[in-house]
Formats: sequence, C-alpha cells, structure tokens
Amino acid sequence: MIEVVNLTKSFGDKTVLNNISGVFEQGKTNLIIGASGSGKSVMLKNIVGLFTPDSGQVLYNGRNFVNADRDTKTDIRREIGMLFQGGALFDSKNVEQNVKFPLDVLTDMPEDEKLDRVNFVLKRVKLENTNKRMPSEISGGMQKRVGIARAIVNNSKYLFCDEPNSGLDPRTSIKIDQLLQEITDEYQITTVIVTHDMNSVMEIGEYILFISNSQKLWEGNNDDIIHSGVQELDDFVFANKMMRRFKAMG
Amino acid sequence: MRRLGEYILFLGRLFKNRESFRTYTKLILDECVLIGLNSIVLVSIVSVFMGAVSTLQTAYNLVNPLIPKNVIGLVVRDLTILELAPTITGIIFAGKVGSSIAGNLGTMRITEQIDALEVMGINSASYLVLPKIIATLLMYPFLVILAGTLAIGGGYLAAQYGGVLPPAEYFQGLKLEFNEFSVTFALIKSVVFAFLVSSISAYMGYFTKGGALEVGQSSTRAVTVSCIAILLSDFVLAQLLLI
Repeated sequence: MIEVVNLTKSFGDKTVLNNISGVFEQGKTNLIIGASGSGKSVMLKNIVGLFTPDSGQVLYNGRNFVNADRDTKTDIRREIGMLFQGGALFDSKNVEQNVKFPLDVLTDMPEDEKLDRVNFVLKRVKLENTNKRMPSEISGGMQKRVGIARAIVNNSKYLFCDEPNSGLDPRTSIKIDQLLQEITDEYQITTVIVTHDMNSVMEIGEYILFISNSQKLWEGNNDDIIHSGVQELDDFVFANKMMRRFKAMG
Repeated sequence: MRRLGEYILFLGRLFKNRESFRTYTKLILDECVLIGLNSIVLVSIVSVFMGAVSTLQTAYNLVNPLIPKNVIGLVVRDLTILELAPTITGIIFAGKVGSSIAGNLGTMRITEQIDALEVMGINSASYLVLPKIIATLLMYPFLVILAGTLAIGGGYLAAQYGGVLPPAEYFQGLKLEFNEFSVTFALIKSVVFAFLVSSISAYMGYFTKGGALEVGQSSTRAVTVSCIAILLSDFVLAQLLLI
C-alpha cells in the first residue's frame, strides 16, 4: 500500500500539486486522472522520487520515502517497477537484455536463472520469441509490453505506469490495460497508473484520484465516477459525444 | 559560476552509491572499445598528415644556410610530443568522442532512460558516466602515444618522399638534445585532457532538457566547452611544468 499525505510541489511561483492525499491499495489498479497539465505526471514523479516534494509524505507500507536516508530510498526503489510513457527501453540493448537489466545490476542471480525469469515474464506479457529484437524493430504496443516485463522482472511490489496507452490504438490500449490489471491481481502488486484515457478509467479504475487545478477534486471508483456530481470531473469524463450519449441513457 | 558548481556536484555524484565492481568492469571494457579503438583510424590519419605537414613547413621556413637540416627532425619531434599529439588529438577527440558522449546521454535523458535507471535505484550518473571517464582516462594516453609515433613517422615520409632532407638527417635530428620530460609532460596533458573532455561532455549531455534540438545543442556545447577547457589547461600546464 502507498499512502500520499498532503503532497505539495511547486516550480517557481507555480504550484503544481497542492496538498494532495490519497491511498493506493495493494492488489488494486489505482488511477490518477486529470486533464493534460493538471499535475498527474508530476504527482507520479514525486511518488517515485524523481522529484522531491516541497512538503508532504509518501509512505510505502508505512516507510516514509521523502525523508528516508539514501539506503532506505535505494531499498524502496528496488521494489519499484515503472513503465514510462515512451517505454524508456535502452536502445543499445535488445529485448532480452532490456528485461534482464534489473537482474544483471541489482541481483547476484546465476545467468541461467536470469534467462528463465526473463523468458517467464516475456511469456507473461505475450512476447515470446522476441528476445533478440531491438526496441527500434518492435511496435509501440510491444515496446510497452517489454517495459511492463522489465518493470515486473524483479518481483516488484509497486508498479507505476505513466500514460501506458499514449500513442496506441484503442484495441492495443485495452490489451495493455487488461494486462496491467491481470498482473496486479496475480502478483498482488500496488499499481498506480497515470492516464487521461477514459477507456482505461472505465475498464480498470478500481481506485481513481482526480486532479484538477493542482488539487484533488474527487476520489472513488469506476462505478461512482459517472455520478460524481463534480462539474470539473463531469467535463473531463463526458468530454466526448459518445460518453455524453452514454450519460443521457442513464 | 552556477554551472561550475553544478559540474563539481555532478562529479561528486559519480562516486556515491556505486554498483558492484563486476558491473563497472564490463561497462569500462565496452567503453574502451567505443571510445578508444573506434578513434584509432581518425587519430592515425590526422597524425600522419600532421607530422608530414610539420616537416614540410619547418623545411620551408628554415632558410638560414647556417642552421643544419637535421634541426627539422628536432623541431618536428618537440612540436609533436609537446603540443600536436596531446592537444590537437584532444581537440579531435572532443569533436568525435565528446559529442558522442553528450549526444548519447542527452538522448537517454529526453527518452526517460536515465529516469528509468533512477527509479530502479541505480545511481544513473555513476552507472553511465563513471565508466566513460575511466575508459577515456585509460585509452586517451595510448591514442596520444600512437598519434606522436605516427606523426613522427609522417615526418619521415615527408622527408623521404618530399625531398626535404635525407632520412638519416631526420633521424639524427630526432635524437638531438632529447629531453625525456617532454614525454612525461605529454602524458600528464593527455590524462588532464581526457578527464576534461569526458566529464564536461557527460555533464552537458546528462543535464539536457527538452527534445532532439536540445540534444544537438548539448553536443555542440560539449565540444565547444571541451576545446576551450583543453586550450586553457594546456596553457596552465605549460606554465606550471615547463617554465
């Protein structure tokens, strides 16, 4: 479980996150949603430690990450897997080397065990027989799946995804969402996904935190979201014609 | 001054929270190939012509009949060892390797590959930059020795085939009043230049912000600043160690 307590972050005069709190539970797909520029990616980067918040706490199973010493931070980070918006695969390494990378650097596992683990996670994300292909030789959807495989190869307890569906067609997006939900459920990971994709929200949003104008305006799940009564959230959720029709149908 | 402070803090980060020795050994060997071996052809071509042209130009300027021809060998030798081999090779090195380091790290930064390392709990500065600096420190002195040798060889070719002076006199000049400290001085310079080129280029690339345009700008800035740093340190080292 990850608890975020009164997180505040500013860049110069601009406050991007203002006193935001939320609880991301284990075994659930937790979504941070909001319009572009609302601060959701900044919130994710504060949670994983790529930014340091001005104030507030981020607790990983009770361990405060923000004020932790270097060793504790390193220990927590080694329990984290992250899927970046563009995949962030190492372009000088092939698929197998990318997925094996955390095991190479962070463990003393024998080589054959590493390869077994890599093949297992590649099979889990439905990417068998792609081991020797370079990131530039595979599609965007496959790159995202390699990114997911790399994020879970080290038995991560926490999985973070920054816009996992960006640049993907709707069908591939749904497959990625389903994969993330399956992995979360199967390995009982705490998964936090930043997205503005409404399909994802409706499909896998077991806990949703909505950010607008630097503040948390609503939290709930995908069943409650259409009856939130929050104008900004309604404007976000029912932005397109199809969703408006859906709402009109009750 | 802010940039200088950032650069010093960046260098400090290289030695904190490092990964295992085994990890670095493989990375350093890979970088030695990329940085050192891949530069041999360019350095060799430049050095041979540098030595040949130095011989021809020294001969062209040596009009006084009272000065023996073998002085050409002496001039080419000292010019090559003291200045051309370490400094000109350094500037070529900054163009080839410095821009490559900055471009590589800059691309990794804008495509979030550096963030990916940080999230895994890996000190990205140390993991990515330290092997490049160590490999450069190991390989650049060898390139300077190679450059010096080939430049003197190039001078011989010019003497032999350019009809400037008989090769025997050229060799006689090479041995004339030889001071071993010149070689030590060249190697000291090579270590300093290697450190400056690799660390400055890594700093420029590592802190790239933006997109493809900024990666290009970081590479250009890395080469420019590295060249200026080489020339400044060249002057300081000459002042400190030769005068």
